[in-house]
This record gives sequence, C-alpha cells and structure tokens, in this order.
Amino acid sequence: MSNRTIVDKIWEAHTLAKDGGGRDLLYVDRHLVHEVTSPMAFEELRARGLRVRRPDLTVAVMDHNVPTGDRSLPIADELCANQLAALKGNATEFGLSLFDYTSPYQGISHVIFTELGLTLPGMTLTCGDSHTATHGAFGALAFGIGTSEVAHVLATQTLWIKKPKSMEMVVNGKMPYGVTAKDVALALLGRFGVNVGFEHIMEYRGATINRMSMDERMTLCNMSVEGGARTAIVSPDETTLEYLKKRPCLPKAEAWEEMASSWRKIASDPGAEFDRSLQMDVANIEPQVTWGTNPSMVSGVTGTVPDPRELKDDTQRHAVERAIRYMGLRPGMKIEDITIDRVFIGSCTNGRLSDLMEAAKVVAGKKVNRKVRAMVVPGSQVIKREAEKLGLHQVFLDAGFEWRNSGCSLCLGMNEDKLLPGERSASTSNRNFEDRQGPGGRTHLVSPLMAGAAAIEGHFVDVREWDQVDIFLGGQV
Amino acid sequence: MERTYVDGKVVPLMASDVDTDQIIPAEFLKLITKKGLGRYLFYRWRYDEKGRPRSECFANDERFRGATILVTGSNFGIGSSRENAVWALLDYGIEAVIAPSFGDIFYSNATKNYLVCIRLPERSVQTLQERAADGDLRIKIDLANQKIVLPDGATMEFAMEPHVREKVIRRVDDLDLTMAFEDRISGFERTMSPSTVIDLSGLDPRTRQDKR
Repeated sequence: MSNRTIVDKIWEAHTLAKDGGGRDLLYVDRHLVHEVTSPMAFEELRARGLRVRRPDLTVAVMDHNVPTGDRSLPIADELCANQLAALKGNATEFGLSLFDYTSPYQGISHVIFTELGLTLPGMTLTCGDSHTATHGAFGALAFGIGTSEVAHVLATQTLWIKKPKSMEMVVNGKMPYGVTAKDVALALLGRFGVNVGFEHIMEYRGATINRMSMDERMTLCNMSVEGGARTAIVSPDETTLEYLKKRPCLPKAEAWEEMASSWRKIASDPGAEFDRSLQMDVANIEPQVTWGTNPSMVSGVTGTVPDPRELKDDTQRHAVERAIRYMGLRPGMKIEDITIDRVFIGSCTNGRLSDLMEAAKVVAGKKVNRKVRAMVVPGSQVIKREAEKLGLHQVFLDAGFEWRNSGCSLCLGMNEDKLLPGERSASTSNRNFEDRQGPGGRTHLVSPLMAGAAAIEGHFVDVREWDQVDIFLGGQV
Repeated sequence: MERTYVDGKVVPLMASDVDTDQIIPAEFLKLITKKGLGRYLFYRWRYDEKGRPRSECFANDERFRGATILVTGSNFGIGSSRENAVWALLDYGIEAVIAPSFGDIFYSNATKNYLVCIRLPERSVQTLQERAADGDLRIKIDLANQKIVLPDGATMEFAMEPHVREKVIRRVDDLDLTMAFEDRISGFERTMSPSTVIDLSGLDPRTRQDKR
C-alpha cells in the first residue's frame, strides 16, 4: 500500500483490540506524568489495588507547580508543596523514575523528554497535559489525556481511543525575516480558528515544514492543540535523525541503526490520502500579536484591534466585544500602541535554547523599559546550563531581565509567577485565555523575538525593522 | 445501574469557545480531590476580585438553582486537558451539557465520568437557550432513543457514538473492560523492541545541582 499516512502506520502497529463501539485499544510506548493531573490517577490505582504496569515506560516530572526562584528554599505555597510531595511519594511507591524539581535535568515535561531523546519516531506517547502534541514533531503519535486516562495508562499501558480523522496542513513559502514558527502557528489559528482541528490529527507537510528545525516543528505541533486538533505530527526526516543523534538517552548503537531505518519507512507515503487538506502560504505573513482571549484572536503587528461594530455575525461580535473589554483595549487601536507591563519568555511552546537565542538577538546591548518586568524561564535546566555556557544569561541580565529556573511558570500561573490583576504581558506561551496568567491578567501571545523587542520598548514593535545582533558568531556583544 | 435518560432544569450559558481554564481556574487544580470542586466552577465568572458573587452568573441566579442541564455555545471545553473541569461540573450538579461542539479532550474526559455531552446544531441550541432564559424550562434527554423531549412534546434528535452511549447508559468502566484484553497486551509486550524501555543511564549523575 502506498497511500497510508504516518498516523495510519503507527495506529495499526499499536492496535491491540476494538471495543465494537468505534474505539481501538492502543498500546502506549511511553507515558509522562506530572504533579497536577496524576494524584487522582494514583489514588484510583490504590483504590483498586493496582500497580503501574510498566514503570520502565513511565517517567514522572515536576513542572507545573515548581518555583522558578531559589530552589534551596522551602516551597512557600503549601498546596504546591503538597502536590509535589504527592508525586514524589507516588513515584517511590510505584517505582517510577522521577525528575524532581531539584534535578539538574528537570524541566517542562515536553521539553525534557524531547531534548533527552526519549521521544522517538513511530512511538505512541501520552501525558496528562494537552500540549503533549509537541512530541508529534518527532513523528510520534502523542496524545494529551485526562486523569482517568492517566490511571488507565498507568494500570494497563493502553489507551481506548476512536481514531481521529486525518488532516494535512500544507505549509509553503519562505518565512520572512522576523517571522518565526510561533508566528506561523498564530497566523494559522487566526485564519482557520480554534476548531480547525476538531476530531482530527493534523499532519504538517510542505516545503516550509521540511526546512524547519526540530525546535520550530515542536512550536508548531505544540500550538496545534489551540486549533482543537486531537494531536499533530510531522513525518520524520533527516532533520529528525540529526537532532536525535546527539541526545543522551537513545537506545544502544545496534538498536539505533535498526530503529533509524524503520523510521524512514513510517513517514507518510507520497500518495497518502487525508480526510481533509488545508494550505497555508507563509511568505507574506507578519509577526503576530494576539489581541483577544483565545489564540485565534490575532493580528499582524502592523494591524489594529478589530472593531466589533464591523462584525455582522452576532456570536462573533459578542465574543470580540467581550474579549476587548476583558483585555482593556479600544476597537481600532494600533497593535503597536499597546503598552505592556510584563514579558515572559519560556514555556513548552517557546522555552527552548533557540527561542532564548532569538530573543537575545534583539535584547543584546539594550535595556528593558523601566516600566516593564521581564523574565526568562528556560524550558529545562539543561537549556539553562547550555544558555549560560553561551553567555546568554548575561545578555538577559545586563538588559534587566530576570534569569530563572525552569518550569511551566507564568504560562499558567500555578506557582508564584503570576500577573497581577490588570497587568498586561507579552508572552511566548500558548494560551491567552481570561485569567490564564493570573486573575485579571491580560495576555498577548507573541514570538520570542517580538517579546524581546516589546520588553525593550514597553509596547509592541515590528521586529522586522530591528537589526538582530549576531551574538554567536563574534558579533557585537 | 442503567440510566436511559436525564431530565431536569436547563441553564443557558451564552458563550462560545468556553475553555477549561474558565470552567475551573488553574489554582484549584492544586487540590488533590474530586469532591467539592463544584464550588469553584466558573469561579472567575461567578465571583469578583473580592470574592463577592457576580449577579450575572447563572450560579448566583435563584432561577437556575437545581439546574442539571447546561446548554452552551460551540467549542465548549477547549484548551487544557484538566479533568477537574468535568469533576467540577458534576460536583456542581450538572449531569448533561448540550453544545454545537466540544473540545476533544474534554469530551473524552466527560465520557469517562459519565457526564452526558450532546451535540446539537447551533439553531437548536439557540432555541433551547431562548426558552430556558427565565429558568423554567425542563427537558428530558432520552439517551436510549437519542432524542431530547421538550415540555410541549417537540423533540430534537441527536447523534452519539455507540461507545459513548453505552458508557453513559450503563456506566461501563474502561479499566474493567481492558482487563479482558490482558492476553493481547502481554502478547504485544513480548514482541516489543527491548529498546522501548526507557534508559536514563546516559544522564550524568555528577551534573551539579542548580540551586540559584
């Protein structure tokens, strides 16, 4: 057969049974658990007297709640401390490997799993977190799941799931200077909406995707869940293999050769057929800034906040009115006139080394606007150390940024990193929902480049007009 | 215990794209419990910054007290995978949600907890919302025959996947179901490449601890 998608191939290889009601039972090769969505799952196991079936396929990570400040101090928030202690207790009781918040390899689960080489093409993977779609960048079939399913995977290493429909998102065109994978993701959501991917798995294809680095592909797959996709995937290619070769937790050399050759075969066939096909050309997109309260409420940086009066559809008009009111914006105001109080560079969307390097290029040698509090939260402690080796921390610190320890942090404000009511952020994270970064907080999603430039100016600016300082090839630093 | 229908008072929620962060904010995910989450349902819409009830929220409106069926706009439950959103709705007393569409993970979580989610066309949802505006609409959701019965006898048909219908009617537990496939699972594991096992031995144990 020569018309199968990568999802078809992985699905078939992992299907154990059918329930007669439309669902398949898939084997789960690897499972990530974190402190927030797992406690009730372990509780369920205890209540039923069950063990974790495959502790050797399961890893526990502390990421959502962890403090990003001084980790030698006790955790101030008692509820966070309890949840972290519960994960540690469960990892010990059930025999799981744990990346404790003091581990030198700790970080956001999706960031560390991929950077350590634990996400491999052709695998099935689950985690009790919607941004699990990130792992799809490697050609793995990765699902964000709820707590009941976490319990189910822990106990049986399987997942009941109806096979979603297939969708190809063909991305073509050269990304202009100043435009990043984050802008592609936001522009795509702006064009197709928050339900474009409902009940589908989105496979990214096309010349632009082929040229993208693994970090860029991860950003894109990560944001696909904001378009409602069940998950996203990119067929593995030489870029994938090159990236993986350098990772510390790969299978032994003999197995590697065998696996690498099998990965080449699991890519979607040239004639693969999809239930739905969408196209996007990125040659003319601008750096993007969200103005509303979901990621599809977005504009190019030279654009304006929409005027609800111009919208004919009632539902749409009410949604825009409500969003603008919450965000404290005026209809028709220029995006570049929006001033900000906070900048957050980090998250599983944009907390990788390349993201930090991008931001540093526009920050180097400048000072953060005196009205702005800006922070960098690396996606992992490994990234933090690598950045420090390159001197990036000094670039940020000299500019007036805070340089913190890794975790989910201000992306969802579960730890001490929060917006105060009314505060407005330029954030490289993935969700601008009401109250997401703290009660009453107002979030504008942007790329690391745009966040860096906004930190300096105190409002959004068109980063295409900025020089990017080449600090890594004997540049101006 | 079979449940072939849900009947009760309807509460309209006039919003679309309601994300799970709104259904239950992240700070309440720190609670290690399913019980009692109902008091945090739609917390930010329900209470102001000082914790005072907002009168515009249905949860503070006497007319909708005791409602068990929530009728809302498209894309309900998008965003975060938090199952706490489902637990909070159930704990509050909601037994069924009717909307044109649902976030995929929310829908799956709802099914696992036997919260009934029904997809109806936009127009039917609007009809229900209009008729429920004063808190005096009671409907019957007939799960066995996949139709909603209004007080005047009018009906609205809906589609539901067979496995979802089975679950919400008979409360079939997935773990029990899966145990019957133990042979298939262990069979698969016998043929699985040993390199699937996670090997963390490549990590340097001497790497210094970061304690800044």
